[in-house]
Amino acid sequence: MSPELSVQEKQELVDREERTVPARYYVPAADIYETETALSVILEMPGVKKENVTVDLERNVLRVEGRIEFANYEDADAVYTEYNIGHFSRSFSIGNAVDPNRIEASASDGILTLTLHKKTEVQPRRIQIS
Amino acid sequence: MMRTDPFQTLLALQRTFDRARTSNWLGATGSSARGAYPPVNIFRKGRHDFLAVVELPGIDRSELDLEVRENAIRLRGRKGVDYGPDVSLHRRERLQGDFDRTITVPIEIDASQVKAEYRDGLLAIFLPQAEAAKPRAVAID
Repeated sequence: MSPELSVQEKQELVDREERTVPARYYVPAADIYETETALSVILEMPGVKKENVTVDLERNVLRVEGRIEFANYEDADAVYTEYNIGHFSRSFSIGNAVDPNRIEASASDGILTLTLHKKTEVQPRRIQIS
Repeated sequence: MMRTDPFQTLLALQRTFDRARTSNWLGATGSSARGAYPPVNIFRKGRHDFLAVVELPGIDRSELDLEVRENAIRLRGRKGVDYGPDVSLHRRERLQGDFDRTITVPIEIDASQVKAEYRDGLLAIFLPQAEAAKPRAVAID
């Protein structure tokens, strides 16, 4: 039996450089897990299409941005709301173990999956005993 | 005429959404389900119809069940968060589990005309008002 789900209040992005656009950004919920060969980062960005996601790597900082399309809402008359809408942004510091040339990204159903392959030399190796 | 700045528009929208968070619209039905999973926003579409948008990232459509009757929507499903075998977790923020939520709206819904679409982690449910419940103009003799 899985646990009862509760609503995660969206966290507003605060600690980052000043933005020039006066809109609120949110921090997407993320899971990070590691396998022997890679590090996976999974982000929840409901309402973000694949083509509106950007992933940048700059000096060990991986920055992910997901932009929602809010044009559909412009003439909408909200009568009741439980969550707000906004673009998503989040940055991660990446250790030296990650190979910067081998980062893969895929997106579907509002979930962005990043696979950061580790450098071959840091992957665990089993030593044969002769 | 001044050109509208798309970014200003988003901020304006965000403010509107904030205001609607204290809306009493559902209060009329006596159901104060605010806070249950999944979160929903409700918009008026045209004169009589409504649109509910539910945030449900990463849901398997086959695990999602939607029922509509008279003035209630029941949304049931499972949100799974799956990892492969032999993984070591560094951070875990995404929630998983079962949900079963009924939202009673203060309108009568025409169940046969309800349409739902799941895209990019959002479930949009179009809720047309039942024909019988729509106001009719009466000719005065």
